[in-house]
Amino acid sequence: MNTPMTPSPARSDQRLDAPITGRGWSVRDSGRGSHPDTSQPIARTAGGGSRGPDDVDNTVTRTGLVKATSTRMDQSSHSGKVGESPLRPDGTLKVTGEFAYSSDMWLADMLWGATLRSPHPYACIRSVDLTEAVKLPGVYAVLTHEDVPGENLYGLEHADQPVLAVDVVRYQGEAVAIVAADHPETARRAVEKIVVDYEVLEPLVDPEVAAFGDMADDVPRLHPDGNKGGGPEGQGGGKNIVRHLPIRKGNPEATADVVVHGEYEVGMQDQAFLGPESGLAVPAEDGGVDLYIATQWLHVDQKQLCRVLGMPAAKVRLTLAGVGGAFGAREDLSMQAHACLLALHTGKPVKMSYSREESFFGHVHRHPAKMRYEHGANRDGKLVYVKAQIILDGGAYASSTPAVVANAATLGVGPYKVNNVAIDGYGVYTNNPPCGAMRGFGAVQAAFGYESQMDKLADALGMDPVELRIRNAMAEGISMPTGQVVDSAAPVAELLRRVAAMPLPPEPQQDSYDLRQLPGGVSNTTHGEGVRRGVGIAIGIKNVCFSEGFDDYSTAKVRLEVIGGESVAMVHTAAAEVGQGLVTVQAQIARTELGVERVTIHPIDTQIGSGGSTSASRQTYVTGGAVKAACEKVRGRVLKLAAERLGRPAAALRLDGDKVVSDADGVMAALVDVLHEDVVEETVKWRHRPTHPLDPETGQGNAHVQYAFAAHRAVVDVDVDLGLIRVVQLDCAQDVGKAMNPDAVVGQIHGGSAQGLGLAVMEEIQVTDGKVRNPSFTDYLIPTILDMPPMTVDVLELADPHAPYGLRGVGEPPTISSTPAIVAAIRAATGKDLTRVPVQPHHII
Amino acid sequence: MEFLRPATWAEALAAKAEHPDALPIAGGTDVMVELNFDVKRPPFLLDLTRVTELADWAPDGGMLRVGAGVTYSRLISELGDQLPGLAMASRTVGSPQIRNRGTVGGNLGSASPAGDAHPPLLADSEAGAVVEAHSVRGTRFIPISEFYVGVKRSALEPDELIAAYWLRPAAGPQQFSKIGTRNAMVISVTAFAIALHPASRRVGTGFGSAAPTPRRATEAEQFLSDELTASGRWESRAELDPAAVAQFGELVAAAASPIDDVRGTASYRRHALSVMAKRTLVWSWSDFRNARPAPNSRRTA
Repeated sequence: MNTPMTPSPARSDQRLDAPITGRGWSVRDSGRGSHPDTSQPIARTAGGGSRGPDDVDNTVTRTGLVKATSTRMDQSSHSGKVGESPLRPDGTLKVTGEFAYSSDMWLADMLWGATLRSPHPYACIRSVDLTEAVKLPGVYAVLTHEDVPGENLYGLEHADQPVLAVDVVRYQGEAVAIVAADHPETARRAVEKIVVDYEVLEPLVDPEVAAFGDMADDVPRLHPDGNKGGGPEGQGGGKNIVRHLPIRKGNPEATADVVVHGEYEVGMQDQAFLGPESGLAVPAEDGGVDLYIATQWLHVDQKQLCRVLGMPAAKVRLTLAGVGGAFGAREDLSMQAHACLLALHTGKPVKMSYSREESFFGHVHRHPAKMRYEHGANRDGKLVYVKAQIILDGGAYASSTPAVVANAATLGVGPYKVNNVAIDGYGVYTNNPPCGAMRGFGAVQAAFGYESQMDKLADALGMDPVELRIRNAMAEGISMPTGQVVDSAAPVAELLRRVAAMPLPPEPQQDSYDLRQLPGGVSNTTHGEGVRRGVGIAIGIKNVCFSEGFDDYSTAKVRLEVIGGESVAMVHTAAAEVGQGLVTVQAQIARTELGVERVTIHPIDTQIGSGGSTSASRQTYVTGGAVKAACEKVRGRVLKLAAERLGRPAAALRLDGDKVVSDADGVMAALVDVLHEDVVEETVKWRHRPTHPLDPETGQGNAHVQYAFAAHRAVVDVDVDLGLIRVVQLDCAQDVGKAMNPDAVVGQIHGGSAQGLGLAVMEEIQVTDGKVRNPSFTDYLIPTILDMPPMTVDVLELADPHAPYGLRGVGEPPTISSTPAIVAAIRAATGKDLTRVPVQPHHII
Repeated sequence: MEFLRPATWAEALAAKAEHPDALPIAGGTDVMVELNFDVKRPPFLLDLTRVTELADWAPDGGMLRVGAGVTYSRLISELGDQLPGLAMASRTVGSPQIRNRGTVGGNLGSASPAGDAHPPLLADSEAGAVVEAHSVRGTRFIPISEFYVGVKRSALEPDELIAAYWLRPAAGPQQFSKIGTRNAMVISVTAFAIALHPASRRVGTGFGSAAPTPRRATEAEQFLSDELTASGRWESRAELDPAAVAQFGELVAAAASPIDDVRGTASYRRHALSVMAKRTLVWSWSDFRNARPAPNSRRTA
């Protein structure tokens, strides 16, 4: 095998000794990028044109509806500012295959790392024999836990996971030893030569047994060191409970006219990003290490690595490499510590790059859930109470299970007004694969439960399911099950009305057919026989940003200076661009706030303070907020300079079109002439408004920053004889507060909806006795273009007065409601209960 | 691992004789997956892509001799009219890129019960297709029904390579149907092929992913052939008896010995086979009654 050379997007500011990565973003042209379709201006209703940012900040402003079916911007006024859709700086490179992902990195003298993983879900390690592995020519290092200089533990919220297993393995795929060799195949062969003597134990795989099994019987305690692995003190209970979060509101004895019960299950979904885990660790002359890595949060990686390596942060420097998707799977460490250990041990650069199969074992997945729901309502359809038990299988290690439990529990009734609530959310340890962050993060599982229940309730009441939802829809000003009062737009009823009113696709033709339009596609399973159509609607709710009192901030440095006779803004943050488009939005914000055209995005690294995680739909909000705040500070200083030089009060001046402008007198000076040699630079650490912990007994508290909503309507055709499904149409209405980049917003809605479709009808990591049965894209199926139908998307922009530009997080809500909408449609077509996702053919026939 | 690249068929056979443990590779759509997943680590790879005659096909004595290296894409575009069942099966293989690389020869070489080409090869004629195997020792013609001997095992000797396979051009309607849990690019949960042979008054069948090997549903074939003959329907072209259709479906399902696995359950596979058998029979018979040629016109490119 040849070592791949990297196609290199050359950058003038790249350090000569740095490996080639795809992390540089030159956005000079992004504001002027030509769209292929400039014929369709954005459609706006109920409010006319977009408003400037200052208009929406701190006021609830209806800026109208963006018809996503016509999101292309009018190019005549195109400058790449907020509210427009400049091209992604990396878009063309990605489409043409030239973008350098983390797996493309290469250094001349680098070694390749490989990992020995446990084949057993639960076993004691009696001994590890490295002799034969070390002997293999080309092998530079074979390391075990004994070679970890610092603490051999990591974890996002609780450091309970060994970097390399010590005397026990708790899941299939747990890392036991690592190898560095001069060729990837040599490294893999050396891994095979390591002899581990396991005493195989009976795995604990049933989350209910894990949670509630008798302490006295033979249910093992998977983390006997107590709360080293446990959740926050006092929130456990059973011996394998990571977190139990009760939510109690109103009258626990409330009774209702109509009661529906349901038990629901959500299978283990994988993020299935297309660029498997990879990175390159380069030992540095100061004894430290430089890690080029595809991740979601450089600083949380750095913090964990410092502990493992026993080094201060100054010696553990991270730079973001090209990220091929994330969806939560890159929040936890994968190969980061391993590559750094090998690099520091050998004194050579070490690259690690997982195969697709290894990737399935190398990252956390979405928590499988078992949920029991009871909904009580009056005859008029008003919900009286909701009771629920939600058990989330966190697998072998804690990862972000406590926060996932919080979401599932606090959002467990959905976007409805319910006065009496009793929900118990549990996250448990088992010997199943570790589960953690994935798009939708606890809210996805709960939504399948509560939306299934709403349909069941509508059926019991003989009501239209949309009408039932609208009758119970939450709105601004209501109190959540946590007691938190919703203080910005919550257009739940409006979103439902919008998706319900969208035009339906034509009925299937009776006299002819196109296989591609039928369930089964070109596999030719039906020519119309057995095909029934169904329509379903669902809505979901998601919290945006980190919750429960977490100090959730981002740091941005903005510099304005003259380069080559032009005024140029540089934006530097550590916020990970994982494909969502933050780099584009950052430049848009800088253009908007500083009135410049040229914006450079600095490579994303730990040379600046934390940007926080690229998760929880939070980056545009928090890092966007930080960039905006830093720009405002820079602008203030520049206008002060201008005021001095022009003899006008700063308040009378603004920046626009690379010029200093006065409203009274027009252009006063070119920005370059005001700046001269001055470099104006500001760094801001920006926080959203604080949140607060939840009461551990009642789950009460103002824990969330912002709520976001999306509704879907799904139209499906089901071959009821074969159980095959084709989603015919999947429409969405979502409130985004402010469409910072309408094309990117709609892209997020398309992608999120597709991921929800995958969970509805095909995506599941099948685990039996703790072992993964389908770690490949042959048998872990994700939707193709023939599975994903056309979408009509309505984007509402109801500004949140507390958020920068009024924006609301976009990325997760469409993943949440898509799944239950599709399942509702399948139920409508088949009459089956369908209490588990993904729905499989044998559930239908 | 050594990579052998014979320039001619004779060199390829010599190489295979010298290295019986060499793994032949053509399109690589199966072999490369197994290598990447470390399922196989053969000492030699025998690259057949330089042997140009493998990519030829020609009519020969009333039959078609198709080289083992003819890709699925070419089967669809060049042989879709003459081998509609095989073309329909080819259309369900992977993605366009995979169909541009993959070959039926490779499908035969792997002999996976899930191979999409097998059911139409089994259904092709009364005896099914014939595999032409070569070695330095000579040529063997192996009837397709004797070719599959176990899970991913064929009747090939260690020194043999597949040169070609022989089929009869369709003289009646053919259909192929495959279950996957995705609407494209999916490995079969189970698949079924049917071919009507009005001249010999026979019905051919084949199914995949529902037994250790691809199989014919011989009792179903016999039942239906007898039923159609006894009722004079080959001549009258009258509508099928619904009871006979149902019986055919049941017999096809009964011929299977499926298992529960990650792609589906045994009971679902049996059920799906009966549904596909009934539907494809009805479509084929409808084509026969309407005296239409095989239904390529429905093919979606």
